[in-house]
Amino acid sequence: MKDETIICRCEDVTWGEIRQALEKGYTTLDEIKRVTRAGMGRCQGKTCQKIILGEIAKFCHKKIEEVSISTFRPPTKPVKLGTLAGDDDD
Amino acid sequence: MMMIKRADIVIIGGGIIGCSIAYNLAKMGCKNVVLFEKNSLSSGATGRCGAGIRQQFGTKTNCILARESIKIFENLSQELEYDIELNQGGYLILAYTEKEVNQFKKNVALQQSLDINARFINVEEAKDIVPPLNTEGILAATFCPTDGHADPFKTNFAYAEAAQRLGVKIYTFTEVNEIGTENNKIVAVNTDKGKLLTPTVINAAGGYSGVIGKMVGVDLPVYSQRHQILITEPIDPLFKPMLMSFSRNFYCQQTPHGSIIMGFGDPNEPKGDDIESSWQFAREMAQKMTKVVPLLKEVSMLRQWAGLYNVSPDAQPILGEHPQVGGFYMAIGFSGHGFMLAPVASKLISELILTGRTSLSIEDKLDIGRFKRGELILEPSVL
Repeated sequence: MKDETIICRCEDVTWGEIRQALEKGYTTLDEIKRVTRAGMGRCQGKTCQKIILGEIAKFCHKKIEEVSISTFRPPTKPVKLGTLAGDDDD
Repeated sequence: MMMIKRADIVIIGGGIIGCSIAYNLAKMGCKNVVLFEKNSLSSGATGRCGAGIRQQFGTKTNCILARESIKIFENLSQELEYDIELNQGGYLILAYTEKEVNQFKKNVALQQSLDINARFINVEEAKDIVPPLNTEGILAATFCPTDGHADPFKTNFAYAEAAQRLGVKIYTFTEVNEIGTENNKIVAVNTDKGKLLTPTVINAAGGYSGVIGKMVGVDLPVYSQRHQILITEPIDPLFKPMLMSFSRNFYCQQTPHGSIIMGFGDPNEPKGDDIESSWQFAREMAQKMTKVVPLLKEVSMLRQWAGLYNVSPDAQPILGEHPQVGGFYMAIGFSGHGFMLAPVASKLISELILTGRTSLSIEDKLDIGRFKRGELILEPSVL
């Protein structure tokens, strides 16, 4: 993979940034998310999380199922504050 | 297994308080500092906080601490060689009641007497500062242009990495489960990865500081309480300052990244360490903020989370050595302001440990003994 390859499309995070985080010792999904913002955008990691999990597994010589995932944060998809507030009829 | 067997100072907690103390101790020349974090860095309250930095408090102690903290924040990116994304867009605190108007006049007089550049302003000026503000019900406001925002993750990683460059050893995913004492003095710390001898422990465990206190047999006068936050999708710049109200109970700020972060303190929230998110919070938060800034109705919430306040009896931090256990220092009870006060609090506690006094000479206002002496001066301006 090239350093310029975009891994997190919502937050424009490249493979280079994720590789650097791994090399600094940030080897959990939560840490990589906090250092690079990968997975914090509009899709909340639905696109990039699997790719990053795979790369963490490779980097740490683990099986992908041994790498813990991030805490799920509601809601599942973006909701307008007006809708949440309950006045979407006006 | 632990790589080393002995440390001059052990810090418990890898949040902003622990990491900033590690950095300051090392910067002051302390050679053998070890930090233990049971999870990853910023996994507790630091990574869950509202990220605001303000000087507009109602007690002299909090004002002085916050003023000194901002001074450090202003040069922190250079000092730590890491961009912490400091953005000084100010805090606009809205008064909705006559009681608040009177309190805010007192607060501003106090702040100005301490060289904090806050001012009392009318509704028109508030509207000029935040054009999309719905001014209905607002009587007046206070504004401090040097208040603002920084990225809590980046600030914490900045401190942690700078501390490590100065020789501090940080062990993440390492949980302290026992603290050894002899003749009421600290002698050792036991973790799930091994034991370490040390004469000094700093309790920087935030929401879990009470648990650490129990390990040396003391009841600390703090409790933990869940506070919830939500964040929206990033949008074009809408307003610069943090918007805040105590009576309407909210705070809301657009980050440099464009997303808008908001929270409030539920007065019925029980004490404890629950950090589950609730649907009711998201709904009430949306109802509150879409009234204050109606344009927000069209903006989408992306995610919500919760973290723990560690609350002290006067909503001011407790810094200092415990009178019953020699070598047991506390940096706890920040009451929701740990991130914004960390730069100064970490400097003061490091000075206290290494020299016995602080450069601000306010150690007697921050020690745990103040509650027994009956010097309780309640902070009026907290959420």
